[in-house]
Amino acid sequence: MKAVIIGCGRVGSSVAKLLAGEGWDITCVDDDETALARLGEWRGGFVVGHGMELEVLDRAGAAAADAAVVSTDGDNSNIVIGQMLQRRYGIGCVVVRVLDPRRAEFYAERGLRTVCPTKTAIATLADVVRSCDAAPVGSPA
Amino acid sequence: MYAIVAGGGKVGANVTRSLVRMGHEVTLVEQRRDRFEQLEAELGPVVVNGDATELHVLERAGIARPPAIVLAVTGDDEDNIVIAQIAKEGFGVPKAIARVNDPRNQPYFDVLGITQTVCATSGLLGLVEHEVPEHGLVKLLELRGEGLELVELHVPPDAPAAGKRVAGISLPDGARLVSVMRNGVGEIARDDTVIRPGDQVVAILKPGVEDRVRRAVVG
Repeated sequence: MKAVIIGCGRVGSSVAKLLAGEGWDITCVDDDETALARLGEWRGGFVVGHGMELEVLDRAGAAAADAAVVSTDGDNSNIVIGQMLQRRYGIGCVVVRVLDPRRAEFYAERGLRTVCPTKTAIATLADVVRSCDAAPVGSPA
Repeated sequence: MYAIVAGGGKVGANVTRSLVRMGHEVTLVEQRRDRFEQLEAELGPVVVNGDATELHVLERAGIARPPAIVLAVTGDDEDNIVIAQIAKEGFGVPKAIARVNDPRNQPYFDVLGITQTVCATSGLLGLVEHEVPEHGLVKLLELRGEGLELVELHVPPDAPAAGKRVAGISLPDGARLVSVMRNGVGEIARDDTVIRPGDQVVAILKPGVEDRVRRAVVG
């Protein structure tokens, strides 16, 4: 199975290494060539360029990909690139990182698999507080 | 008419000024604080501070009414695409026009369903081509929604169409001559209109047959 990872920052590079370790054929795309260093000893593909360039997506092999992860540092870039990978390249599984919860929800309702780390963080933070051995001030003993 | 303008740069600010002068109700959304303060000092409560790709900012600007038109004219193409999508698909805004800053991003607008776009670079290039007749064929107007375009052709002395009646020119399917401009006077092209060297001919055609039309008319 082949996947393209657009945006090779902390998140993108870690997902790339994880999936590559499970046998996926991965190509990463980042406009900063030093991002390659985050991948360590890397046997997969790496394309220097921006996901807003069709030529870059072509070179990354988007047309033959089964899955894509879009995790650049811009919500709107991710949303736009993700839809392009779905519609032009016909990739069935496109996962897009969107930090803004409402935008993530809006595009999830329209068929984009959005992952919202902000929402996850909010839920986790609240859960951890609830699990502490501390009662809210003023609550009955 | 109620309009929302997203992006208070030169384009957005001037469009807002004009719409206000024409008596329309407008809300202008500007993200940068300093630019917002400038615009607010000039235009008053018409201006809202915030990122127009955030739904709560658009809601504050009245997107749910909804406006008759949204103009997404920020300096960022991804932002303009998202604003236009949210307006049309999320709130049923009947018309969303997006600015294309980098013409290389045009396919992203097209594939993502933003059919009404304005690109200064492409517009300028069209004007330049219009002034350079050796190109032979100039695009005047693209009707993206309809899948048609209007083109203009200059007929040189040795053109295959020169001296022929319109009915006698072998155009490909999906192309038709519309008008002939001669000595500054335009006429609707009829079957028996004779094309002469020096004419400017306007044709309507399906994208993709431009080269065949050019060969048939200009050579």
